[in-house]
Amino acid sequence: MTELTNLSAAEARRMLDGRQISSVELTDAHLARIEALDEQLFCHLHVMSDVAKSQAIAADKRIAEGAQTSMTGIPVSLKDVLCTTDAPTTAASKILEGYRSPYDATVVARLREQGAVFVGKANTDEFAMGSSTENSAYGITRNPWNTNCVPGGSSGGPAVAVAAGEAIVSLGSDTGGSIRQPAGFCGVVGLKPTYGRVSRYGLIAFASSLDQIGPFTRTVEDAAIVLEAIAGKDPSDSTSAPIPVPSFRENFSLDLTGTRIGVAQEYSVSGMEPGVESAVVAAIDQLRALGAELVPVSLPHTKYALPTYYITAPAEASANLSRFDGVKYGLSKEATSIREMYEQTRGEGFGPEVKRRIMLGTYALSSGYYDAYYVKAQKVRTLIKQDFDRAFEQVDAIVAPTSPTVAFQFGSRTDDPYQMYLADVFTIPANMAGIPGLAVPCGFSGGLPVSLQILGKAFDESTILRIGHAYEQSTTWHKERPNLG
Amino acid sequence: MRLTIADVEHVAALARLGLTVEEKERMRDQLSSILGHIEALNELDTDAISPTAQTINLTNVMRDDVVKPSLSREAVLQNAPRTTDGFFEVHTPLGGEEGESS
Repeated sequence: MTELTNLSAAEARRMLDGRQISSVELTDAHLARIEALDEQLFCHLHVMSDVAKSQAIAADKRIAEGAQTSMTGIPVSLKDVLCTTDAPTTAASKILEGYRSPYDATVVARLREQGAVFVGKANTDEFAMGSSTENSAYGITRNPWNTNCVPGGSSGGPAVAVAAGEAIVSLGSDTGGSIRQPAGFCGVVGLKPTYGRVSRYGLIAFASSLDQIGPFTRTVEDAAIVLEAIAGKDPSDSTSAPIPVPSFRENFSLDLTGTRIGVAQEYSVSGMEPGVESAVVAAIDQLRALGAELVPVSLPHTKYALPTYYITAPAEASANLSRFDGVKYGLSKEATSIREMYEQTRGEGFGPEVKRRIMLGTYALSSGYYDAYYVKAQKVRTLIKQDFDRAFEQVDAIVAPTSPTVAFQFGSRTDDPYQMYLADVFTIPANMAGIPGLAVPCGFSGGLPVSLQILGKAFDESTILRIGHAYEQSTTWHKERPNLG
Repeated sequence: MRLTIADVEHVAALARLGLTVEEKERMRDQLSSILGHIEALNELDTDAISPTAQTINLTNVMRDDVVKPSLSREAVLQNAPRTTDGFFEVHTPLGGEEGESS
């Protein structure tokens, strides 16, 4: 990996502002890296070379004028569920092949205004439904640490982009773990902000009460930088919160004295890989060594989060995906009646996992089953949220493994959908409760990265970023890079 | 609980989702299995619990009712599979088998 594709955004900022490098050089290095690696890794569905090059020239001009922001000139990869006017947006689905959005997602517009450089649209499970990126209609993305293994999902492409040096930062979306789990599998930092912290306008909707956009980065500091750049109230998303965006880096400290961190017994399950457990236990010891007080907490409804999620998320998805009707955009089959046209278009355009979730969600919302499934799940969601509310009366944050295993081999979980769903057992509760979660590299098991998850109170990303930063800076895991030649 | 093929066909019809015979069989097995896992929720007594639909404490977010620029007609129609005279073109929804139920 050349030096230019191994920088954090903060380091690149200093070098750009100090005129040691130009954004054009930085961008060319990342485009060359994509060219060299993507045949093997298949991280990007669309490479935005021309866009990136002109943005880089504009960024250099802006820096010369002294009008730069923290993101000016920084190469960014975007998950292909984020609408962009100057590249296709497909959600890795055949039903949106060739779709060109007439508007930018708010996060894209904000980064564009701040002078970021867009290198490409990154692969994902179709409509962000999956835990391995194997559900993309366009091909699998490989884990750079072991190319026989999945990168996690659904944001596999954005995770690999940062892990392999194809972008300095990337944006993904997290509905049940789709940022944190692939960040963990690929050995990078991933942040799911509080629900409402970041506008969802222009994010192709999966489950609207759970979806949240967030960054993949090489350092916790960078995650704070990107969150500051994309967060805040947006008139186009009425669920974005009218809460001020602080400087998330302001209180960074390597001393965690006075910080109370909860450890929940429910996040230790049978089937957890011994190498994951030992790395997470060592990370918790390190937090104690940094001065944190470790406090046992109980989240008794944790085991119900997964079945609750697999009612709530598919129910919302089945409603959201009704817009793909062959009329307004996307694939459209010729048929003799409108009903046949709908059924053929959707039958051909959606892949197996998307169909499964539409069916599950439609079933849970259908007459006779609505109370037994959908309302029941919403009530259990209340219990899950109350677990966190009680725990956060005692502690400032909660730590847990990001996933029970490291990255698994291709095909090993595709036969039984529920086995795949179990990959998100530790990440789903945060979405159900709407709270923020940060995944930070904390070791290796069998040559594959292990990740520590830090969960925080709603709108208190500052605390989990402070803890994550202190941990990261006292270890060297974030400096490890996959051997890609 | 195991779904029947008729259950699968009913739900697929509600979702306007065309499925092959093979897909219906596979869907029957997989959905039955997933619903089996979901039955774990019945262990919990939730009679006195109110449902949570969303986690952010916002209600009735209003804005001023003022006219603002919007996308042009061309931009809105640029991805449409079929258009006529600046409109989206659709099959006649009435009179066909969709009938009055639509």
